[in-house]
Amino acid sequence: MKLRKVTAVSAVVLALAVSATACGSDDKKDEGSSGGGKKIAIGIKYDQPGLGQKTPQGYSGFDVDVAKYVAKKLGYNEDQIEWKESKSADRETMLQRGDVEFIAATYSITPEREKKVDFAGPYLLAHQDVLVRADDTSIKSPADLNSKKLCSVTGSTSAQNIKDTLAPKANLLKYPTYSACLTGLQNKAIDALTTDDSILAGYAAQDQFKGKFKLGGLKMTNENYGIGVKKGSDLKAKINKALEEMVSDGSWQKAVDANFGPANYKNDPAPKIGDIKS
Amino acid sequence: MSASVLYDAQGPRAKRRNVVYSIVFLLALAALVWWVYRGLHDKGQLDWAKWKPLLAGSESWTTYILPGLKNTLIAAALSMVIALPLGAFFGIARLSDHVWVRVPATVVVEFFRAIPVLILMIFGNALFAQYTDVSSDDRPLYAVVTGLVLYNASVLAEIVRAGILALPKGQTEAAQAIGLRKTQVMTSILLPQAVTAMLPAIVSQLVVIVKDTALGGAILTFPELLASVGPMSSYYGANTIACFTVVAVIYVVLNFALTSFASWLERRLRRGKKSTGAVLAPAAVAGTQATGAGGGDMAGGYAGKTHT
Amino acid sequence: MFDFLSGYDLLGAFWVTVQLTLLSAAGSLVWGTLLAGMRVGPVPLMRGFGTAYVNIVRNIPLTVIILFTSLGLNQTLGVNLGSQNFDTINFRFAVLGLIAYTSAFVCEAIRSGINTVPVGQAEAARALGLSFTQVLTLVVLPQAFRSVVGPLTNVLIALTKNTTVAAAIGVAEAAFLMKSMIENEAQLLAISAVFAFGFVCLTLPTGLILGWVGKKVAVKR
Repeated sequence: MKLRKVTAVSAVVLALAVSATACGSDDKKDEGSSGGGKKIAIGIKYDQPGLGQKTPQGYSGFDVDVAKYVAKKLGYNEDQIEWKESKSADRETMLQRGDVEFIAATYSITPEREKKVDFAGPYLLAHQDVLVRADDTSIKSPADLNSKKLCSVTGSTSAQNIKDTLAPKANLLKYPTYSACLTGLQNKAIDALTTDDSILAGYAAQDQFKGKFKLGGLKMTNENYGIGVKKGSDLKAKINKALEEMVSDGSWQKAVDANFGPANYKNDPAPKIGDIKS
Repeated sequence: MSASVLYDAQGPRAKRRNVVYSIVFLLALAALVWWVYRGLHDKGQLDWAKWKPLLAGSESWTTYILPGLKNTLIAAALSMVIALPLGAFFGIARLSDHVWVRVPATVVVEFFRAIPVLILMIFGNALFAQYTDVSSDDRPLYAVVTGLVLYNASVLAEIVRAGILALPKGQTEAAQAIGLRKTQVMTSILLPQAVTAMLPAIVSQLVVIVKDTALGGAILTFPELLASVGPMSSYYGANTIACFTVVAVIYVVLNFALTSFASWLERRLRRGKKSTGAVLAPAAVAGTQATGAGGGDMAGGYAGKTHT
Repeated sequence: MFDFLSGYDLLGAFWVTVQLTLLSAAGSLVWGTLLAGMRVGPVPLMRGFGTAYVNIVRNIPLTVIILFTSLGLNQTLGVNLGSQNFDTINFRFAVLGLIAYTSAFVCEAIRSGINTVPVGQAEAARALGLSFTQVLTLVVLPQAFRSVVGPLTNVLIALTKNTTVAAAIGVAEAAFLMKSMIENEAQLLAISAVFAFGFVCLTLPTGLILGWVGKKVAVKR
């Protein structure tokens, strides 16, 4: 008796669970096959307004615009793009495993990374900077940061730069996301959020923050954003060509204005392909 | 009424004293709530602008929360469905008469119980990437489920084992006396009773599974519920506190539904039982634990309702 | 094969893990016992609070709780826990979050232990005229603790592994180091294996020793 009841109930639970998962996998198949024809998988950030942000309307940001342009030149329409989230720590592995064709996700070209993957570009020259409250004028040079409370993302190069060279005495808070840091900045629990100025500009340009935050303009490092491809891939040359066209036909400037404009972000001019500033 | 054994029926003085305690406690609690409220309010964390997208709009739900919730449910359901039978299998294997069954089962269970799930998930992810051709869309799910199954099956194995060990010896003896074979004793006598008795422990382990899916989001880019806070809070202007609160409430509701279902199930199972003495308080099981059976987070989580 | 370990303070990271574990264990034992006392006590309001606390906290992922302590208490409400340095502050908040979470499980373990103490014990104590607090602290809890060494050991082991979540607010413990190692080095599997081994070294002896202690102190009935 007992066993039968137990089995009956667990059978129901099991059936429910299986059907739930079955539904799930069905959905996925539909999504995969609906576009038809060839697809291209591109890695972007999902949580960086101005660069790569998942929104109710789709994906937006400068990286996304660049990726779309490049994909178009490679022969893919927008509906043939399969966006994938590529967090900073996953980028090299995603390329090495072939999960994505290329990655445009605030991907700075560094010698260490170049050992593992190839880079097209650079397509944007960014600098490590600070984001401060609009009424804060106390930070004029990197040395001023030594007496400040800073926040950056766990494991990021920006956090390491601060600790290693820029302001070793700064009181540095590490959070998993920049949004968490911003909460502290709004609450005046920290003085500045530090990372690439392009990322900071993306936040400052958001409707909710207009006039509340500003960039420090310190230009502490050079970050050459490139498009990552698998080592030895023939995509590199094609993407470089596409990037050159993007600059020459004005789409590049248009994308910069659309995404960073509201933040009053003084971006550097479009970098030359292969010109990596250290 | 196990609680009432601990103190006398209350007379007028005790009642008055309890009222005083209640008031003091209430005041302290109210002060705390007020302090939190003032703090949040002063810092603008309670501004409607921060909460509006979550409470008054459907976009945030259809774009971020619901897809995340779906993935959480899929991963949790799959893990439960695989881990439960696997756990029962290992639990029984650890009680086997044959050394060559018992020892490997023990090693497997103890090993996977000792390692953080997070590490098991990373391991699973690397394994699937290197040795299988699972598509990169499904890989995080596979890795999360693998990690959860390995860990929770071993914990469930311990729960099942402890439950079987805690049954009165007479159950086995009587079953053997009427001529049942070993398999029959296990499947028709011991296992049903053990599962009923250990249901609370099993369910709190299932709650652990639901919560632990969140680890997959943190490290494997598995787009589950908690991970949906990232893109959501950055899109709506760093309303992290609002986002986390809403997600936390969803987890509580989800898990509360799970535990409520389980206690309903437990009542059903107990009601039908003409007391055989097989119903036992989980803590009675504690005494039988050699290396600390009963499992990770649950730890005899629920106080036994029976007090004989 | 293990040359990738050089340059990393592996022992230091695990030492932080141990510190987190021990401090949180002590704290959650105290707070968990208090909660259990509330839940079996005569004041209805406290009973309600205890029940609500356990049922809410137990059902929220630990990551959320730990982020709440840091983001909510520190960054919003301005609690500093007596330090100005974020590394120290977040270590303390991680301990606080772990205590808040783990004590819910400790409470339930102790409550189940209270249920194993024969009714006669409490009745006899009351017949002597002891108050509720005296019944609980002098008679019931000492016996209850002895019967829940097993479940509490499991809570302790789970806690040891749960300290990995403290990496979420930048506490430099073992999982934090593992993440940065994975980011900088290529040998994912070897790194995972090293850390898995580290945790086995911490948790297996704990389980064995306390399992033995549990058998020793168990009340034979």
